[in-house]
Amino acid sequence: MYLALVIAVLVALVLVLTRALLGPTIYDRMLSVNSAGTKVVILIAAYGFLTGRPDFVDISLLYALINYITTIAVLKFFEYGDLGSGAYQEDDI
Amino acid sequence: MFEDIAAIEHFVVMILLTVLIVLTLGIIYLKDLLAAVILSGLYSLVSAAIFVAMDAVDVAFTEAAVGAGISTIILLGALSFTKREQKPQKHNNLPALIIVCMTGALLIYGTLDMPSYGDGKSPANSNPQLAQHYLQKSPDETGVPNVVTSVLASYRGYDTLGETAVVFTAAIGVLSLLGLRRRRRQEDPNLTPRQRRRQQSEDT
Repeated sequence: MYLALVIAVLVALVLVLTRALLGPTIYDRMLSVNSAGTKVVILIAAYGFLTGRPDFVDISLLYALINYITTIAVLKFFEYGDLGSGAYQEDDI
Repeated sequence: MFEDIAAIEHFVVMILLTVLIVLTLGIIYLKDLLAAVILSGLYSLVSAAIFVAMDAVDVAFTEAAVGAGISTIILLGALSFTKREQKPQKHNNLPALIIVCMTGALLIYGTLDMPSYGDGKSPANSNPQLAQHYLQKSPDETGVPNVVTSVLASYRGYDTLGETAVVFTAAIGVLSLLGLRRRRRQEDPNLTPRQRRRQQSEDT
């Protein structure tokens, strides 16, 4: 059952990757890369259960956090065109 | 059963390596630099997944934290100083291609005398008492319950300290390049001339 899950996630990863490479706008790429990161997280967890090492769930949780940080950084770059200016703080108040 | 797991591991790693090749070609051919940065973050995450599948969990942690996390953010910071689109190339870069191919060939040549992956006759596997020593004695010798952490932080502590110093120095270098330019402040009419001079000296 886990083998089928791993193969399905690999197929989904390839599909999402196609959209990331072809995607006409940057939003397509961002969305597809984010969900490809989610596929990697699921793949690590499923692979851990498949090979009898359920501790891989902890690793996949950490990868989910890292994927989130990257997405937040890229979206902040979209919004303000800069990462370190601090201009947004004055605008938000 | 064990044979099946080895075959599955090879299958998963081969698919993920193919994904890496496709991602690399995409990064090379995309003219949109922001998309290339995003794809390079995904590249690091997929290669970290390969390291996890090959049981090198500590390397995978480093790859995920540095490659997918920090270096994407640093590249985005660098991107805010340039334009989003790559300039069209006018000169040919054949010499660079030759140098890169020669370096790659040298690196592959360097791996030729290493034991192949999972080899039972490799030095690490042909001396089982060495692995037994670390597995059984490391909690008593170092006081660290996790074996991998005991090797990283205690037996190989100076090596890890050197790696950390390299990463720390690189981070300080990039931060000093990015953070020196300060945003110009609004002129405040209520300031005394002395405070205004102080602000100007801070800005420059």
